[in-house]
Amino acid sequence: MPQYFPPNSNAFAKWSIYGGMVFFIVLITVLAIFARVSNNKVGVAIEQPVAFAHNLHAGQLGISCAYCHASVETSAVAGVPPTETCMACHSQIRVGTEQLAAVQKSWDTNIPIEWNKVTDLADFVYFNHAIHVNKGVGCAECHGRVDQMEVVFKAEPLTMGWCLECHRAPEKFLRPREEVFNMAYEKPANQLELGQNLVEEYHINLDKLISCSVCHR
Amino acid sequence: MTVKPRDARKVIETDRVIAPGQSYGSVDDAVNSPVLLPLGRTKLWWFIGFGIAFSLLMLYLYTVIYLIVTGIGIFGNNIPVAWAFPIINFVWWIGIGHAGTLISAILLLFRQDWRTSINRFAEAMTLFAVAVAGLYPILHLGRPWVFYWLFPYPNTMGLWPQFRSPLDWDVWAISTYASVSMFFWFIGLIPDLATLRDRSENRFAKLMYGMMALGWRGSAKHWQRYQRAYLLLAALATPLVLSVHSTIAMDFAVAQLPGWNNTVSPPFFVAGAVFAGFAMVLLLAIPLRKVFGLEGLITKKHLDNASKVMLATGLIVLYGYVIEIFTAWYSGVEFERFMAFNRMFGNYGWSFWALIFFNSVAIQPLWSKRVRNSPIALFIIAISVSIGMWLERFVIIVVSLTRDFLPSSWGDYSGTLWDWSLYIGSFGLFLTLFFLFIRFLPSIAVAEIKELVHHTNHSESHEAPPTEVS
Ligand code: HEC
Ligand code: HEC
Ligand code: HEC
Ligand code: HEC
Ligand code: HEC
Repeated sequence: MPQYFPPNSNAFAKWSIYGGMVFFIVLITVLAIFARVSNNKVGVAIEQPVAFAHNLHAGQLGISCAYCHASVETSAVAGVPPTETCMACHSQIRVGTEQLAAVQKSWDTNIPIEWNKVTDLADFVYFNHAIHVNKGVGCAECHGRVDQMEVVFKAEPLTMGWCLECHRAPEKFLRPREEVFNMAYEKPANQLELGQNLVEEYHINLDKLISCSVCHR
Repeated sequence: MTVKPRDARKVIETDRVIAPGQSYGSVDDAVNSPVLLPLGRTKLWWFIGFGIAFSLLMLYLYTVIYLIVTGIGIFGNNIPVAWAFPIINFVWWIGIGHAGTLISAILLLFRQDWRTSINRFAEAMTLFAVAVAGLYPILHLGRPWVFYWLFPYPNTMGLWPQFRSPLDWDVWAISTYASVSMFFWFIGLIPDLATLRDRSENRFAKLMYGMMALGWRGSAKHWQRYQRAYLLLAALATPLVLSVHSTIAMDFAVAQLPGWNNTVSPPFFVAGAVFAGFAMVLLLAIPLRKVFGLEGLITKKHLDNASKVMLATGLIVLYGYVIEIFTAWYSGVEFERFMAFNRMFGNYGWSFWALIFFNSVAIQPLWSKRVRNSPIALFIIAISVSIGMWLERFVIIVVSLTRDFLPSSWGDYSGTLWDWSLYIGSFGLFLTLFFLFIRFLPSIAVAEIKELVHHTNHSESHEAPPTEVS
């Protein structure tokens, strides 16, 4: 009977078993790495109708976030300021420049500027700014150093795993309430101890935080 | 000494496990020759059968695509009957698979020689039935394309599957079942694949069979390892016969719905599965032996034994029905009693009585040897059992759900056109696979049959003491 397969095909068969195992291990590793580094469009600058610069307004001019994102402490949405807020200054400052033309136009026609959304959570997730801001979670924890951004980009992946990283152990991230708007805040060396105290002080209910219905209502 | 298939055909219908006068050659001729026939010379019945199966498969695919594009709303399931056709059909198909595992694993361990002629296609049946069954829960997820969320893998949600959810139990039950059945089937096939490799004349077929035969040369070492692997897998598969359908019974038991959490349920489900499975074995075996002329290998003994198993499990199932009603009464729980009453005389009362007829009354003729020896009668009874077992799941699922605790949440249910097309189409998937199987692979375990021939010849013709081969 003629041979249809060369003798070394036996070795191939044997190695294919190891190959299968290696494939499985590689697959799991790749998935694990993807889950770790999956950045969900982090760092991608999004173009806006007006070249509004946070690094100028919030950074150099030192305007508080809440001046423009006025509802951040009281409601679920932080809100993007209406043209009126801009005009409070820009009816005086740099009137008529090219960069502000769109703002002026919006002011004249009474049609709001259409800002493009940067941090956009899936619609099936419930998120609430007020609770975070009032329980000592700083803006920078989720939005990064906005005060240094020329154009706002997403600083954190905002995946569910990312939200849970904090919800499972908020004491690693909490800061005193007064520091929430402080973009340059640095965690102290005794963060865990401080965090634990804040969890107690703010009556944070740790068991509730990881139940699905908190975010998926 | 070679007996031509013609001669083998002459000795049709025997009560023995294998017709007298079989030799290695005659077995090869009867089983392997049709497989090795060039494609162009395939018999007409095969093309007709495959054509019908393939059209049904197209219906299935059409429904699946429509389902994916449109959404789960095309089915009749809705509150209160959130589990309906997809789950009925899932349980039905997975139940059918059980006979294959029972035949291949448990009967092997008990050294029942009559399993040999029917195990190969029964295992194939298991595999295909599990494949069809496994698709149902996925299709009924609503978002079938994210089915892999059911597996624990590192993901961006930081989530594990909910191991307390029946959906996840199904995943493990089915995937374990499918993989063990698959290995079992494949390992059993290896010696036969090697035979096909050696006997085929077509170069492509030689390569294909050769590749799948994994370099089998039939040395003593090979046989020893083969036997060991086969037994080991049989031992692994044996608990699965009991565990898979018990898991399915437990799926129901996690709900507090009356009628879904009887203690008798797991064994009752297992018996029902074996019952339906043997009916399907008969439904496939009877035409198969006819068209391939395999009456000398799948003999009346096989039909007889299979129908005895069917009768026994059928009686266990009947016992289950009686006990369900008894416990409902004996529990003294108002809702349980209402459930039992409603099953028999409620809005879907017809389904219960039809079920009793198809599942329990129709199998009574099997007490008679004449009936057990008549392929036609067996075929009809097997069809009846298949319908009955489908109705059983309908009764358990739909009737319980339409009438639960609160009259305000009662509702009615009927399957939509798409429910039916998915069900009928699923036969297409099953039969297409099956037709491909009987065309390209030996539907009888040739190597094992040869071993049997060897034994029979030794003890009968040569008067020599049987030698242990295994
Ligand atoms: C002068 C008003 C003003 C101030 C002060 C200001 N912002 Fe904004 N912010 C805006 C405007 C206008 C937008 C929308 C345009 C854009 O995305 O750049 C915006 C957008 C954002 C966005 C992106 C929202 C999204 O998802 O689309 C974030 C995050 C944000 N601001 C955070 C901050 C933080 C944190 C501070 C305080 C450090 C701050 N802002 C201070 C006006 C302001
Ligand atoms: C608290 C006062 C204040 C508010 C409120 C304010 N700005 Fe400004 N804006 C400034 C100052 C000051 C400058 C810098 C002028 C300079 O560089 O000479 C500036 C510069 C700018 C420029 C650059 C203009 C250029 O010609 O280079 C843009 C664009 C701009 N602001 C947009 C906005 C928008 C849009 C808003 C409303 C969301 C807004 N600003 C709200 C004070 C403000
Ligand atoms: C716990 C994380 C977290 C913190 C802390 C946080 N944000 Fe947000 N922010 C988000 C998320 C998530 C969104 C997107 C919400 C959505 O798409 O529904 C968002 C959206 C925004 C937006 C866009 C408008 C909106 O409300 O959807 C602005 C502006 C904003 N945040 C400003 C702030 C400011 C200012 C602070 C600090 C006072 C802050 N955020 C603190 C997570 C956070
Ligand atoms: C840095 C820590 C941190 C991150 C990141 C974070 N959270 Fe929170 N979250 C908290 C704390 C602290 C609370 C307050 C819990 C309490 O008061 O019991 C909270 C509360 C909430 C609540 C309100 C619970 C209630 O009782 O109503 C929701 C909703 C919520 N978080 C959603 C999210 C989502 C969605 C994300 C991700 C986009 C997220 N959180 C990311 C710390 C965080
Ligand atoms: C802290 C808030 C939070 C909690 C608690 C939470 N989730 Fe989520 N979940 C999210 C966010 C945010 C997303 C969106 C992630 C994204 O877009 O990548 C998400 C997405 C999901 C998705 C993917 C949905 C889809 O279609 O992409 C599933 C499934 C899910 N969550 C299940 C759960 C389950 C189950 C639990 C309870 C064990 C849970 N979640 C608890 C925040 C949460």
